[in-house]
Amino acid sequence: MDLILFLIFAIFAVACAINLVIQRHPINSALSLIGVMGALAVLYLLLGGEFIAAAQMIVYAGAIMVLFVFVIMLLNAGAERRSSKSLLVRLLGVPLLGAFFAVLGYTVHRLLPAVDPVRFGEFTGGSPGEFGRVLFTRYLLPFEVTSALILIAILGAVVLARKEID
Amino acid sequence: MDFFTLTLIKAGIVAAILLTTLAYLQWAERKLLAHIQLRLGPSRVGPHGLLQPLADVIKLLTKEDLLPAHVNKTLYMIAPFLAIALALIPISVVPFGPEIEVFGVNTHLQLTDLNIGLLFILAISSVGVYSVVLAGWASNNKYALLGSLRSAAQMISYELPLAVALASALLMANTLSLREIADSQAGYYLGFIPRWSVFQLPMPQIISFAVFLIAGFAETNRIPFDLPEAETELVAGFHTEYSSMKFASFFMAEYANIITMTCIATLLFLGGWHPLWPAAYGSSFVPSIVFFSGSAIALYHGLHPARPKDRYSLPAVAIAFLVAGLLFLVPALGGILTPLFWFAAKSGFLLFLFIWVRGTLPRFRYDQLMRFAWTYLFPVAMANLLVTGVLVAVFA
Repeated sequence: MDLILFLIFAIFAVACAINLVIQRHPINSALSLIGVMGALAVLYLLLGGEFIAAAQMIVYAGAIMVLFVFVIMLLNAGAERRSSKSLLVRLLGVPLLGAFFAVLGYTVHRLLPAVDPVRFGEFTGGSPGEFGRVLFTRYLLPFEVTSALILIAILGAVVLARKEID
Repeated sequence: MDFFTLTLIKAGIVAAILLTTLAYLQWAERKLLAHIQLRLGPSRVGPHGLLQPLADVIKLLTKEDLLPAHVNKTLYMIAPFLAIALALIPISVVPFGPEIEVFGVNTHLQLTDLNIGLLFILAISSVGVYSVVLAGWASNNKYALLGSLRSAAQMISYELPLAVALASALLMANTLSLREIADSQAGYYLGFIPRWSVFQLPMPQIISFAVFLIAGFAETNRIPFDLPEAETELVAGFHTEYSSMKFASFFMAEYANIITMTCIATLLFLGGWHPLWPAAYGSSFVPSIVFFSGSAIALYHGLHPARPKDRYSLPAVAIAFLVAGLLFLVPALGGILTPLFWFAAKSGFLLFLFIWVRGTLPRFRYDQLMRFAWTYLFPVAMANLLVTGVLVAVFA
């Protein structure tokens, strides 16, 4: 059951990701990205990370992607035009991509140490309570540093935007 | 009984009740608004217009389904489907009552209890914004686009105070499972003051309840925050180009969202199915008393009829109410029905509030709407969260 669900949603995620690149219109790409986020949330859920799954939906699929779609709608971005491809790209593009992925996969497989495969239903520490406890004790420093980083990013965005207005 | 059969039966019952409530909520809204404005409201189809929802459904189903020429077809089709699907899903985690025993089967009055129940509802509702956004964009109509832009901005803005208000109630409940949240509000102070979140020590959540309700009005695009479909400015907002069942699904989604909102408010702030005062002081007789008094009033008006047909119709209503009141007195049924009655009474009161406000308040201006969210509602919710946090840390 877990494996079937995993395969369905993994394939769905990859299909959406490919669609994201292929689509010409930005809004279709944005919607594909939402599909990827949703499928990832289901995969987190299968692995026992309930809180992460919910956060993925609320933050990424809900908040961030709404802003993306909002901006695309506001700017009324049209469909992008394809540049005419050279003969070399048309002939060798897909095979070269396949070869690149094969080399990449092989290297990763060789260099990484052998680890136990992930098993569904094994991890049970994904409830909000346990997640919070780990986040605010063991990973407190990374958590706080990240929040400082985000604050700096927001301040930077405000400064940049103000310069443009003045 | 095995899990699947039981869940199927429960899902069927919940779906039937939810869809009936959706249809009659719309009838109740039209009727109440009419009475607020000194009109009669729907009164032609069936007694007191009671069959009006059925007539509306038939009308909407048989109407021609127009597909405007310049729309983005796929997204135009997906949007209403998304709206109604995402609006109906959250009811699956809402608990309506405690564990009960029916024909020897123990079950909870809830479809499923997730340990992230509340987050699940928030996640679904945050994705629900897309239905509005896509509907407006795919329609290729300036009024629809403006409506959906307004709606998206408004829902993003009001989601913050809404979530912060929920967070301070959660600090008291200490769990995200909706069933445990309701159970954490069981019991009474001094034997008679209910431990609902709005009364619970160390920090009564009255402020966050108010913030939640206000933000809830905005999230469901209701008056006074119904800028996305402001008729005077935008024709009908994001669903201008929709007709027939596609329009109906937006309409139903709006009402389903209101029901979800009232259910969450009931569970988080008003103690779910726990009665206002303990059963020791007779709170379990309230449903019977309510139904019996309704029966007596109907009987009185039936004996002194204002119109000739009331002589027969009102005694029939009186008998129906009498039977309903007697059902609550049967010990085996009373245990199941009384919690449901309290849950329905609290949600029903909040639903009435939604309609009441619609009949009473004018619409905000757009800049007022945004300023209100960011400079007033959000700081108040944050301050309340901080105070609650400190008090819970000190006393609990």
